Amino acid sequence: MAQAGTRVTQKGGAEPDFKTSTSARHWLDRVFTGVVFAATLVGLVVLAVLLVDVFRDGLPRIDWQFITSYPSQIVPQTAGIYPALIGSLWLLGLTALFSVPLGIGAAIYLEEYAPDNWLTRVIEINISNLAGVPSIIYGLLGLGIFVSMLEPVTGGESVLSGALTLSLLILPVIIVATREALKAIPGSVREGGIALGATRWEVIRGHLLPMALPGALTGTILALSRAIGETAPLIVVGAAVYLNYAPEGPRSDYMAIPIQIFTWIEQPQDVFKTLAAAGIVVLMIVLLLSNSVAIVMRNRFQRRG
Amino acid sequence: MSVEVGRKDRSEAGEWRRDSRARHFRERAVKVVLAACAYLSVLTTFGIVLVLLFETLDFFKKVSIFEFLTGTEWSASFQGQAKYGILPLVSGTLLTTAIAIAVALPLGLSAAIFLSEYASARLRRWLKPALEVLAGVPTVVYGYFALTLVTPFLKATVLPELDVFNALSAGLVMGVMIIPTVASVSEDSIYAVPRSLREGAYALGATKREVATRIVVPAALSGIVAAFILGVSRAIGETMIVAIAAGAQPALTLNPLSSVQTMTAYIVQVASGDTPRGTTTYQTIFAVGSTLFVMTLMLNIVSYWFVRRYREKY
Repeated sequence: MAQAGTRVTQKGGAEPDFKTSTSARHWLDRVFTGVVFAATLVGLVVLAVLLVDVFRDGLPRIDWQFITSYPSQIVPQTAGIYPALIGSLWLLGLTALFSVPLGIGAAIYLEEYAPDNWLTRVIEINISNLAGVPSIIYGLLGLGIFVSMLEPVTGGESVLSGALTLSLLILPVIIVATREALKAIPGSVREGGIALGATRWEVIRGHLLPMALPGALTGTILALSRAIGETAPLIVVGAAVYLNYAPEGPRSDYMAIPIQIFTWIEQPQDVFKTLAAAGIVVLMIVLLLSNSVAIVMRNRFQRRG
Repeated sequence: MSVEVGRKDRSEAGEWRRDSRARHFRERAVKVVLAACAYLSVLTTFGIVLVLLFETLDFFKKVSIFEFLTGTEWSASFQGQAKYGILPLVSGTLLTTAIAIAVALPLGLSAAIFLSEYASARLRRWLKPALEVLAGVPTVVYGYFALTLVTPFLKATVLPELDVFNALSAGLVMGVMIIPTVASVSEDSIYAVPRSLREGAYALGATKREVATRIVVPAALSGIVAAFILGVSRAIGETMIVAIAAGAQPALTLNPLSSVQTMTAYIVQVASGDTPRGTTTYQTIFAVGSTLFVMTLMLNIVSYWFVRRYREKY
């Protein structure tokens, strides 16, 4: 700042800025305002174009038959997304099962229990670093650990391996969201509980968790919807590109909606591009639904709190 | 009566003292379980490092590390005469990243300036979540968009010599995806600039634009640099957009109109084929993954350092 200050003074000596007419400066101001506003809108315009394009291409292709049919290379006209849809629901359920308790548990420990020492700082830095690791690297982790090393347990390239990989991927997001929610609770709540003789865990279970739930849930559902949309790590851990059955158990082969979309995009014929667009519409609708659930849940819990 | 109540109270109060063993045990158990959850994150990091290291070291027993890091030809799928020089994959990655950043940095920074300096509270409440949606769209959707709309559009209007798969469309679309990242990190740092700096400048007769560009942005520079680095790191690690729209041609080129292959796209290409475990080709994805991991890790650490620096300042 000191440097900048000096520079301004030096410039001020020559006064190039203040010789410019005020009207010119104000005109520049208006231009600048317009430019930054337009730049802000660019992203939104692209988003709108993207949505319109995808829905225009895909929506006419969607019907009950598309939802309930199996994919087909030979007769793409009757192909459907059924096994991918069920596979994604499996992934969603299992990922939630693993990541939510682990994430919330880790957040509670870091926020309520962890001593302020170097070990805690290492965990914190580690979590923020994990959030920046590309998703495909998690795929390689899953391939090395869940698919290869733990094959007897997970069944190799199974929906369980996929869900475990996605769980590790979204854990940092859940932890950060839950910590933020816990941080927002005033210390008086904790002190009040402890003053009445409750133990730490009793305070957490009875007071802090219910209060933190809206924030934690919103973050969790956002993280889960990210998991539904992930493609790259699932390709690496061996999600199937074609199946004529839906997964029957956690150790079963599986497809996922993004994988199905990718497979269709890779086909050169236009008919598959339409299928891809239809798959994208289904994926976006699933995401929209889960995000709406997040908002509804948050509102309900907030009213109760 | 009152004595009895007193005694009862005391015995109840004493309950958590005398019978505190069970309670204390539960308290301890809960703490251990919760701590285990937190330590899992450290385990994850160890897992990543060990898996990558293990396969990569095995790979370097067959291919010299020197050839890997300096070779200018990558043709891992040709058995027998395979060439393992990672530079074409790195150049492909850097090319798409540079294009993405050229889009995301000016747009994201402008959005941050507009949101924090110009937008009314009401507009901000709408614009910010709307921008965040950009980061929530699945990347496979962006890939579809780049391949089926952006490339044909560019080809039909301004660049007839554009390849079907090209670095330009992939980079442009990736840039749009990264806008919210750059915008939100920059905005945080712009927000942290104290009001007094702005007011001082206004008092000296500066206009709003002058305050924004000459006072606020320089003061928030380290945060903006952090946003830039984070954006680069995102772009380097982004996979599906480039796998779908940039192609599968490892080429040592800086021509944005031609097909390239990024490191991430290569991993996808091998992983979606049927490569038996333990083969050299299988191990290449771990070697390439290690390179990618090291690059993003270094960038993330540098950006973390920048963020901390500006936080300490104000």
